[in-house]
Amino acid sequence: MSRIALHPMRVLTWTLLLLGGVVMVTPIFYMLMTSLKFPHEVYELTVIPREPTLENYVFVLADGRFLRWFVNSLVIASIVTVSNVFFDSLVGYTLAKYRFRGRYLVFIAILSTLMIPTEMLVIPWYMMSASFGWLDTTWGIMFPGMMTAFGTFLMKQFFETVPDDFLDAARVDGLNEFTIWWKIAMPLVTPALSALAIFVFLGNWTAFLWPLIVTNSPTNYTIPVGLTTFSVESQIDWELIMTGASLATLPTLVVFLIFQRYIIRGVVMAGLKG
Amino acid sequence: MTAMHEADRATAPPPLSGLTVEQKRVAWAWAFLAVPILFYVVIRFWPTLDAFWLSLHAWNLLGERRFIGFENFARLMEDRVFWQVFRNTFLYLIIGTPVSIVLSFLVAYHLDRVRFMHGFIRALYFLPFLTTAAAMAWVWRWFYQPVPIGVINNLIADLGLPQIAFLQSTTNALPAILATAIWHGLGFQVVIFLAGLRAIPETYYEAARVDGVGNGTILTRITLPLLKPTVVFLVVFSSIAFLRIFDQVFNMTTNDPGGPLNSTKPLVLLIYETAFRSYELGYAAAQTVVLFLVLLVISLLQLRLLRDR
Repeated sequence: MSRIALHPMRVLTWTLLLLGGVVMVTPIFYMLMTSLKFPHEVYELTVIPREPTLENYVFVLADGRFLRWFVNSLVIASIVTVSNVFFDSLVGYTLAKYRFRGRYLVFIAILSTLMIPTEMLVIPWYMMSASFGWLDTTWGIMFPGMMTAFGTFLMKQFFETVPDDFLDAARVDGLNEFTIWWKIAMPLVTPALSALAIFVFLGNWTAFLWPLIVTNSPTNYTIPVGLTTFSVESQIDWELIMTGASLATLPTLVVFLIFQRYIIRGVVMAGLKG
Repeated sequence: MTAMHEADRATAPPPLSGLTVEQKRVAWAWAFLAVPILFYVVIRFWPTLDAFWLSLHAWNLLGERRFIGFENFARLMEDRVFWQVFRNTFLYLIIGTPVSIVLSFLVAYHLDRVRFMHGFIRALYFLPFLTTAAAMAWVWRWFYQPVPIGVINNLIADLGLPQIAFLQSTTNALPAILATAIWHGLGFQVVIFLAGLRAIPETYYEAARVDGVGNGTILTRITLPLLKPTVVFLVVFSSIAFLRIFDQVFNMTTNDPGGPLNSTKPLVLLIYETAFRSYELGYAAAQTVVLFLVLLVISLLQLRLLRDR
């Protein structure tokens, strides 16, 4: 029973796990490889392109639409993420660290919005956007997600672990309440902040239903919505669709490969505490 | 030191504004909450009430809203497409949740004991969760095409096996689309299960082994009971996700949304079409109320299950 000894069953389990994992990434890998193929090679079953080419990318990016959608998605996901990191933690902090009448009511009210599915709100949001002139604008895509109850709840839980002594010491030093939150409390919960940021960014980068509803002109599409219209247009040119799909997917994959550890930890944190 | 300052402050005269320290802090709290409260009232509560109210009206975006009581709901009860959609949504939920939970548990349970290349294998399973569902739907759509286009059928043909109609078949299309949704969410469930397994104290296992308890008994008597909160969380989380399935179906059936013959159409796609294709906003709002009620039932079941723990 030496520790290094390889039990046949263990080797088998390990191999099956690895095979399963390979199957999981096959669609992503195949998509990326096909985006590097010439059209005549696309329907052969060879995975690796014989003569890799960037021609599909040149073609897809040529008219600037994809670049535009890419930038739209990046700007929208970034602004919404910053807004959530700011407001969700401000509210979470206030509910965790201040004692005042109505605190519990505010908390329950915000928490209760978790019960309402987004799909129920899209019709009122659409009507609201129509009357405020937000239809087909970047703000129109962003406004519903600027704060989330999920993020507020997550941050509240983390701020509760921050000792009051830290904050009181800062008060004695004469810092105002806003500075105490921003300069003292926020740095103490950076792991939670990054977990929140990852979740919000990913959610907005991949968001589909609301951007599809609220946008109308191609210049305002986000990348998933743009990709859908692009793919419908080029139904039979699968290598071009694979190129577009790669452009939509690559950024999150690259970020993951760099920050793998933090992202998995953040997802677990957000999933279990939120 | 701190105590002294506290004492000083308590006896000090009220600051310039005439508020006590305590009152000042409460004022800060409400100042912090002002913008968020406005946001939640305008962007969450009011639209929620509006959706319920709208579900009692007939409205086509242009004319006047006309109050019709529960007529929209009565119409739903007699709408054959709605019942087909309700059945589809239920199928996504009732197949998707157990299959994904069992698969992800099997992977996590075995991966938990693997040291060699643990992080790499975990990353392989997790990657799909980070992809854009709408984009990957097109990859899967291509995979599912008949010969000589589709990857899977080309592979099947090479092996000399009979072809499979995926997205063209009324019986196969729903499972085919569901498979892509399971694929997309599996990595998240694996990672959560792994965290749950890690949280079980090693001493429990050691004690069991000392007592000569077999692996199977350890699994059913120690691991699974202690994992119950994780399982309940994942069941609810994935039920809600399957109940709200949209991106995959929309993108894989663009030429006949929810087809063939409505066999893959989920509730959210029906809502989208009723509201933004036919512009029957009152009727669509009634459909969203149904979605809300189903979600409510699932959440209440979750509370119930957690209390039984």
